Amino acid sequence: MISFILNNKTIHTLEPSGMTLLDFVRYQQRLTGTKIGCREGDCGACTVLVGNLKHGAMEYQSITSCISPLGNAHGKHIVTVEGTNLKHQLTTAQDAMKANFATQCGFCTPGFVVALTGFALSNSDKNYNNAIDAISGNICRCTGYKSIEKAANHVVEKLQTKEETGFSWLIENGFIPEYFEKIPERLKALSTETLKASQEKRISGGTDLYVQQADNLTDLDITLLTENQELRGIHIEDGVCIIGANETASNLWNNPELNTVFPNLKSHLKLVSSQQIRNMASFGGNIVNASPIGDMTIFFLALNSKVTLITSEEKERVISLKNFYQGYKNFDLKDDELLKNIEFKLPTAHSFFNFEKVSKRTHLDIASVNTAIHISVEKDSISEVHVSMGGVAAIPKYLKNTSTFLKGKSLSAQTILEANTILQKDISPISDVRGTSDYKRLLARQLFFAHFTVLFPKYFNLKDFVKHG
Amino acid sequence: MDKNKANTVLNSKLDAVTIALKKSIKNLDSYTHVRGESVYVDDINIRQGTFHAVVFDAPKAHGRIKHIDYSKAEALNGVERIFTYKDIPGKNEIGGIIPDEPLFAEHEVHFWGMPIALIVAESEFIARKARQLITIDIEELPVITTAKEAKAKGSFINAPRSFSLGDTEKAFKNCEYIFEGETFSNGQEHLYIETQGAYAEPQENGNIKVTSSTQGPTSVQKTIAQVLGVAMHKIEVDVTRLGGGFGGKEDQATPWAVMAALASFHLKQSVKIILNRHDDLRMTGKRHPYESTYKIGLSKDLKILAYQTEFLQNSGASADLSPAIAERTLFHATNSYYIPNVTTKVLSCKTNLPTNTAFRGFGGPQGMFVIESAIAKAAHEIGVSASQIQETNLLEENNTFSYGQIAKKVEAKNSWNSAKSIFNIEALEREIHSYNKTHINFKKGLALMPITFGISFTNTPMNHARALVHIYLDGSVGISTAAVEMGQGVNTKMMQIAADVFSIPIEKIKIETTNTTRVANTSPSAASSTADLNGKATLIACNALLERLKIVASEALETSKESIVLKDGFVYHNSEKPKLTWTDLINKAMLNRVALTENAHYATPDIHFDKSTEKGHPFAYHVYGTAIITTTVDCTRGTYEFDSVKIVHDYGKSMSEGIDLGQVEGALIQGIGWMTMEEIAYNDEGKLLSNALSTYKVPDIFSAPKRVEVIPLETDGHDLAILKSKAVGEPPLMYGIGAYFALQNAIKAFNPNYDLEFHAPMTPEKVLMSLYKNP
Repeated sequence: MISFILNNKTIHTLEPSGMTLLDFVRYQQRLTGTKIGCREGDCGACTVLVGNLKHGAMEYQSITSCISPLGNAHGKHIVTVEGTNLKHQLTTAQDAMKANFATQCGFCTPGFVVALTGFALSNSDKNYNNAIDAISGNICRCTGYKSIEKAANHVVEKLQTKEETGFSWLIENGFIPEYFEKIPERLKALSTETLKASQEKRISGGTDLYVQQADNLTDLDITLLTENQELRGIHIEDGVCIIGANETASNLWNNPELNTVFPNLKSHLKLVSSQQIRNMASFGGNIVNASPIGDMTIFFLALNSKVTLITSEEKERVISLKNFYQGYKNFDLKDDELLKNIEFKLPTAHSFFNFEKVSKRTHLDIASVNTAIHISVEKDSISEVHVSMGGVAAIPKYLKNTSTFLKGKSLSAQTILEANTILQKDISPISDVRGTSDYKRLLARQLFFAHFTVLFPKYFNLKDFVKHG
Repeated sequence: MDKNKANTVLNSKLDAVTIALKKSIKNLDSYTHVRGESVYVDDINIRQGTFHAVVFDAPKAHGRIKHIDYSKAEALNGVERIFTYKDIPGKNEIGGIIPDEPLFAEHEVHFWGMPIALIVAESEFIARKARQLITIDIEELPVITTAKEAKAKGSFINAPRSFSLGDTEKAFKNCEYIFEGETFSNGQEHLYIETQGAYAEPQENGNIKVTSSTQGPTSVQKTIAQVLGVAMHKIEVDVTRLGGGFGGKEDQATPWAVMAALASFHLKQSVKIILNRHDDLRMTGKRHPYESTYKIGLSKDLKILAYQTEFLQNSGASADLSPAIAERTLFHATNSYYIPNVTTKVLSCKTNLPTNTAFRGFGGPQGMFVIESAIAKAAHEIGVSASQIQETNLLEENNTFSYGQIAKKVEAKNSWNSAKSIFNIEALEREIHSYNKTHINFKKGLALMPITFGISFTNTPMNHARALVHIYLDGSVGISTAAVEMGQGVNTKMMQIAADVFSIPIEKIKIETTNTTRVANTSPSAASSTADLNGKATLIACNALLERLKIVASEALETSKESIVLKDGFVYHNSEKPKLTWTDLINKAMLNRVALTENAHYATPDIHFDKSTEKGHPFAYHVYGTAIITTTVDCTRGTYEFDSVKIVHDYGKSMSEGIDLGQVEGALIQGIGWMTMEEIAYNDEGKLLSNALSTYKVPDIFSAPKRVEVIPLETDGHDLAILKSKAVGEPPLMYGIGAYFALQNAIKAFNPNYDLEFHAPMTPEKVLMSLYKNP
């Protein structure tokens, strides 16, 4: 039996764990404020909050309920727009939306309200950019967003006057209803048995599986990996980082040490889906999805990562990520194996990392081409380098020949131009809905150049590589 | 003007806008919207025993159906019945303008996604599983996906249309410059966040009530009656509100409502259809792609003397609204310019794509893109800026449009000059010039976009509406009109009208659902005209009631009717406030047996159009405005941002600045989306490739322009606009066309060898390829 708190109500349900949380709240509980726009996590109309009790305090995150299995609600607090409503007045987020004309047809509105409420509840700094990030997964087709930006700003201004941590200030200032205060003790008291599971389907974040095959999951009891603590955690020791396969992009985003060694980490990750999805999607999922364009896969390939695979008998096997992929959606994972973690050496004082991605829409889109580089430079000479690129082959591609060519060469425009010639032979893009092969080749070249103009701005400018300008 | 002074003027204008927004009435529906309590079709509390339906559609774009096997699907537990054309008691026909569109395919399929059958089951989940069990054998026929191909094969929807003014052929002989070229503008998916849907409930005596997410309730009612072979009075269509429409639910909400009604008719049970996103994207039509050719001729001093175009409209597999949309392309082919010699022609080309349909702008944007392309081309070749040609040819008072209407109350120059001075265009251009000089990796571009858009249904008989106003015993008021609320705020405007006439608080007024039994024989909520038509009807009804109430008051106060004024919930007599309140007055009216209900009819005066001569006066009035769009292009990556869009817009005397600004901003960004990132892709077999939100991208919050400034143009409005507040739904979409040309100008700054191409949308792919073309 799945047990959780839905808004102010305790739920015990025998529905299959593979059912989507969206269908449960809308059609079983008739909470129709959570809307269906796409069922792919691409519009945010179904955004809900998931509250987790951690060390005695609640942590809330926004997710898209359309691609979230009901089983993942087990033991948690799920908040829909109805759960944010006050009795006789609007909440601060709701009032900001109303006052700034940020709602027109109203269909996307609850998603925005919930996401903004999630921002108020979150630990993130209360500034404008973070508020916009919080609604980065919400599409509105009516307003053109300018009014929504004003509403978000209004919410931020109010939150900046917040003096204390905890929820009492938020309650007093009309952000959330009073019942939130009792949620931690109610969750503690909630008896949660281990969910029954089938071995048929094992699901981590589920953000791609539910897009591809929701109809095959929705009436099943599935094995949920999300809460498996063995597959969690970000450990850094002696310049080596090990990330559990179940970790989310948001946890990477929030990790202070990683933000120090990857100074542009947040701007890189901002190009990866939306906050709602980053809160759910796991690295392991991105890697075993084996999409030739998986952003995190490209990221880790350039870090020359190793992956650890584990069987049900706890037998472990370690292989290099670049050897993991064998063909389109084909990879070296045996039936009984799970991806356990990923391990890589952190950039050092002499090494630099960059990630580039271009898609039709800069955010919340799938890349036309993405690429990463990890390069060590000593005395103007390239001592070690790994370049990866997505969207240019049947697999997420480690550019072996390009990387080999660069190693040991001097860091000069000539080297980079020559390396591009090798790179163009390394890749074999096809024409599809993300672009023609000609475009992808040109983009591959440009993004390769961009690595160097971004990492070594004092050395290189665009005009060193191309004729125009 | 010097920079400081210009900034002061601009800031004071922006401050005025901020103040107006604070005072402006908020959208009536905001309270329930933000609480998730607004009710859309899928939110209705359904009756016990309700069935759910899923459409089985063609897996090929063109072919003969040889065999379909439904047996496995029918055998699936939970499947109630599968309906096909054979189950239609009336006509298998849903075409509005031309009867060329079956509800269900019979022997042939004409587009990928064409409905063939309806699977009705206990749940949507079961119906979808059943759909996978249906097998179909189709003998494939040649597929046409482009308008050009259709033209070559002589595949058309109807006869071509052509407008002309002056003598174009002769005028070309007198031109200093003549340029010719081709343009393409792609389709656009509406992407209303609420997908299509309907819920049919059987009533007694075989009557059916249908709740539909439609912009055109009467068209739904009429089509259901026709397909079921019953009288219209047996069908009641109700619309609460739409989660977005944008034209996509003007005609194309109908089939799903008809299917739900058909199944309900046979099963005597309630039936619900909500299309999932993939089905909606695959089965419904979009904005029409256009392939066009133009020839433009200018004098030495940049006057456009002659303009000739041929528009090829990709209509899709059947007519739907295509003929009317084609017509509006001709109406707006010269945008805001006066051109004395014009010949325009449009061909509605029949292809094997889903039937394309209305989309905000209704063919107007496609026409305007071509004239703006022609101007950009001419400017590039002559070596002047496009804005010089634009400015030289702006429409003036008493100019004649190519369709014979004389332009009156023209604000083209006023908006153009206001935009240039308020936003200090010289400074803006200087900044961009110096930025481009000093930056290599990034280039900026600027474009001006003037707009002129005619308001009215161009089919004159459609310009009418009705309002039914009840004043209840306790003084509260209920209003029904033909207007469908889809986010445009029309309900709020209706409420404002009644509150203004009766001078009572808005809390006393309720806007009812749009329902065919209360307001019959209506035109769809479309053509930007909904507030004008229904507002005028509401105004007439409220004024009639007011006159009756004044008589009641004058009798009660034993004075003349003329000395009575209703204000702030009280009856005033010669500016004095006696004890009679609004509620007292209503009570007295009841006791005197005075009718407290009024049903009013409004039909736009003065408009007419003769299709045999293609001349007339089709529009009640025009809306004007000018936008200045600036962009920054990342010349390494081919990506771009829009730095600002600065607009002077002709609202007339806005009834609600907040609601109207929302329409301008929303339309603008939708227009920019159409011109930049929204790319519909079909393969040669006619299969939609941009078939999900992961492959069809609409603007998100990060792709909105960094700044959008909209300054109202100071004008007197127009008497045919409701309370002089001009229509605002569609016109601002066309500001977005400027985005294309701003990008083009940035590309030119980086790549002097770039040959101008007019092929929208300007995606990051096209930008990058253009930056590095012809090195």
